Amino acid sequence: MIYLRLIWSYLKIGLFGFGGGYAMLSLIEREIVGPGWITEQMFTDIVAISQMTPGPIGINSATYIGYVAPGEYSEAFSSPIFGILGSLVCTLAVVIPSFLLVAYTSHLIHRHKDSVVVRGIFAGLRPVVVGLIASAAMLLMNSANFGDTTYQVVWSIVLCTASFALVYWAKWHPILIICLAGVAGWLIY
Amino acid sequence: MGGLYWQLFATFFKIGAFTFGGGWAMISIIEKEIVDKHHWIEREDFLDLLAVAQSLPGILAVNISVAVGDKLRGMKGSVVAALGTILPSFLIILAIAIFLTPDLIKNNPVLAAVFKGIRPAVVALIIAPVITSARSAKIGWKTIAIPVVTAVLIWSKLPWVSNPILFIVVGGFFGWLWLSHHEKQLNQEINEIRKEDEKEV
Repeated sequence: MIYLRLIWSYLKIGLFGFGGGYAMLSLIEREIVGPGWITEQMFTDIVAISQMTPGPIGINSATYIGYVAPGEYSEAFSSPIFGILGSLVCTLAVVIPSFLLVAYTSHLIHRHKDSVVVRGIFAGLRPVVVGLIASAAMLLMNSANFGDTTYQVVWSIVLCTASFALVYWAKWHPILIICLAGVAGWLIY
Repeated sequence: MGGLYWQLFATFFKIGAFTFGGGWAMISIIEKEIVDKHHWIEREDFLDLLAVAQSLPGILAVNISVAVGDKLRGMKGSVVAALGTILPSFLIILAIAIFLTPDLIKNNPVLAAVFKGIRPAVVALIIAPVITSARSAKIGWKTIAIPVVTAVLIWSKLPWVSNPILFIVVGGFFGWLWLSHHEKQLNQEINEIRKEDEKEV
């Protein structure tokens, strides 16, 4: 049954996908393109679409592949109803492992929040998390985000600096800044 | 009560609808909405939730929303927050899958231009919380080496030492050692003071 196999694959992706987003891509590729549910070309499409739509790439790919895979698997499943069902089960499957893990861990931490162990672990983790956020920012400063022509790199640095000033000093809302940056991109390019 | 759940859902729906570039890009929007605007969580507690969300497997954005929802309203809160985060991307992708062909999105020059503008802005939205979180973690001259070494090694993409999990495990372990050592010393000092007090009496 295609649905059970999709659920199984996405449970695995949800359970073993560390490091978020793009780190999960290779796992998704192995689980979904590997068995031949979708073609390599479709996988590239879904990655491109994920970059141009909001939301986590894990969710985006689950929704898209869940919709497409039943129709690819058999003509009998080509109706949109089967696709929507596939989207639903894949999206739920990819979310459920992390949901249970995070909820359980939160309760465990809450119960022992005054213990030396938990307080100590968090005291040690706080500076590390600052480093993790910094590493995410540094890793994103690449040609995929800043461009590879001088023209685009210069404009990207201007937009990045302006956005930083507006969000950090002027305290503008980040959503407003995203919208303005989109308009700026449309005007510049 | 229904009002708060609705507010929680609406807030995370907004966050989900404007998160481009993965879970880390959410942090600025979450800080603005949850910490600054609604005052649901203290900045320092938010940092602890981030530590939990990043330490566990799964989609970072979902992990963050589950942790925040759970902190606010337990199990129900985490379901509501997670649904809010997931729903925008689910609906948008479903609409694209049903009504559009991928080429329409992929080779659209207007969308491409818009995203050339958005991507560098998203990087700025991740740099800003580096500074705010460093402040709430009370990073000083003694501790600044920890985030710097962590960030540079992860960024280096070297084998083994660039794995974020490594830094979480090492950081948690040494935090525990440090605090238990610290508390022992403190207890000893308190005991000595008590003994002296008893002598005087």
